[in-house]
Amino acid sequence: MMQTSFQMPDLTPAIPEIFLLTMTCIILLIVPYLSDKNRVLTYLLSLGSLAATAALTVAVHTSETVYTFSGSFVSDTMGDVLKVFVYLVTAVVFIYSRKYLLDRNIFKGEFYVLGLFAVLGMMVMISAHSLLTMYLGLELLSLSLYALVAFQRDSKDATEAAMKYFVLGALASGMLLYGMSLLYGVTGTLDIGGVQTVAAGLEDSKKLVMGLGLVFVIVGMAFKLGAVPFHMWIPDVYHGAPTAVTLFIGTAPKIAAFAMVMRLLVEGLGDMHDQWQDILIIMAVLSMAIGNVIAIAQTNIKRMLAYSTISHVGFLLLGILAGTQAGYSSSMFYVIVYALMSMGGFGMIILMSRAGFEADKISDFKGLNERSPWFAFMMLIIMLSMAGVPPTVGFYAKLAVLQSVIGVGLTWLAIVAVVFSVIGMFYYLRVIKYMYFDKADDTTPIESPTDMKLVMSANGLGILFLGIAPGSLLAMCAAAFS
Amino acid sequence: MISITDYLVLGAILFCISVAGIFLNRKNVIILLMSIEVMLLAVNMNFVAFSHYLGDISGQVFVFFILTVAAAESAIGLAILVVLFRNRRTINVEELDTLKG
Repeated sequence: MMQTSFQMPDLTPAIPEIFLLTMTCIILLIVPYLSDKNRVLTYLLSLGSLAATAALTVAVHTSETVYTFSGSFVSDTMGDVLKVFVYLVTAVVFIYSRKYLLDRNIFKGEFYVLGLFAVLGMMVMISAHSLLTMYLGLELLSLSLYALVAFQRDSKDATEAAMKYFVLGALASGMLLYGMSLLYGVTGTLDIGGVQTVAAGLEDSKKLVMGLGLVFVIVGMAFKLGAVPFHMWIPDVYHGAPTAVTLFIGTAPKIAAFAMVMRLLVEGLGDMHDQWQDILIIMAVLSMAIGNVIAIAQTNIKRMLAYSTISHVGFLLLGILAGTQAGYSSSMFYVIVYALMSMGGFGMIILMSRAGFEADKISDFKGLNERSPWFAFMMLIIMLSMAGVPPTVGFYAKLAVLQSVIGVGLTWLAIVAVVFSVIGMFYYLRVIKYMYFDKADDTTPIESPTDMKLVMSANGLGILFLGIAPGSLLAMCAAAFS
Repeated sequence: MISITDYLVLGAILFCISVAGIFLNRKNVIILLMSIEVMLLAVNMNFVAFSHYLGDISGQVFVFFILTVAAAESAIGLAILVVLFRNRRTINVEELDTLKG
């Protein structure tokens, strides 16, 4: 007998998503009718939508975990905290990139519409509780990002980067989907909670197929995160894309990718922890090694920060592979802190750029202290934080993941991580040396709008403040896993 | 009677062909786009086969979504390809090498 009655799902947990979708469609409709003079309206509307979505997320938040849409959508504390940081980071990205886009004549409504659709994709990924929702969120995010990278249509580098990103991103989605199809075949359900229940009582022959599915899913996720050996796209895309887009790709999507790993690996395949732990250990060690060592050889700062991203992803994986509550919350702390630091790092490149000049060489930072002592100090904080020097927040992030790894008896892994982050210290300190001890080649004063200067200062000081008082953010992350 | 293993083997073969197509192809970006399509079709084959043998409809629903996303994906891929060709007058994979370091 077919079930004929239709029950309306509870829409309350998805109100932020529904609202953002509506607003993005409205902005999309307004964009063609705006003259260049009123273009700033798109920007203000986008920021307003993000703020309102954040308010809605906080308003509908409950401390309990709520499932809706037949269990394919979940709203919990982890998701809500991550979402709020995604809005925050995206809003700052919009503020930082306004002048950059104006200078290059690409201050267009499409940038904001694509950005907001990417945010919607990230929200769906963060709240996904079935393989199908996860895939759709991921694709909404990725397709928006491919288009954003190719946004500067007359730039040869940007289009080449877009093509590489597209091909490798599509390959990653294909791998992930193949893994998902195997998981579906073995467990007979698309629901992540269902996968978990069925996976517990499988016979050996099916466990093999399940393991194969697991490997494909991990490969797909590693591509999206940028963990070695699936990191090839990161340096090229970061280098080729317009800095405003690099800023976006390097920050918020990492938070969503972390949520994807948590949902699929920890909630869905938590019983296979022994199997995926080994894979993640190898990827983490390789990421930290290759990221930190190759970054030393770079002369382009966007490329250097790309390799630094890869090494940070290695650290991020450490907390997840520990497989404890403390490990997950330390990884969550790490990814949020990473997003804030990388926002500041790429933001500084935008701050130094002007029409016809991309400050993307490390040597462009020479003598920054003479040109602007305040922003040299901000960059100093950001670089020290990325390197993990106290009293900046990067230190606590590294400390927390290392503690969780030691907590499960993998002391050797913690030692390896410390050794590589000491090696990595070199290229962060080189930027500081250029800023403070070298003469400036270029003495043009740094000009940027006041709002950007204020947010940039808040960003740098925030990293310092969180380093002195990390308690509240740490508590927030711990609350998500209790 | 065709068993599920046959479908899965076919899916796996298609998947391997597409991955090989992406990594071995050194000539033409359009072939890369075709390989990506084949990869998604291989996944669809898996989903439909599993869905039929499990007697569960959700796998087929997934296939509809994959087909839709694949269409959007090739639209974006081809758009990037057009922009790339305008800028460089070539779609040879080997000549996409200005970004390195």
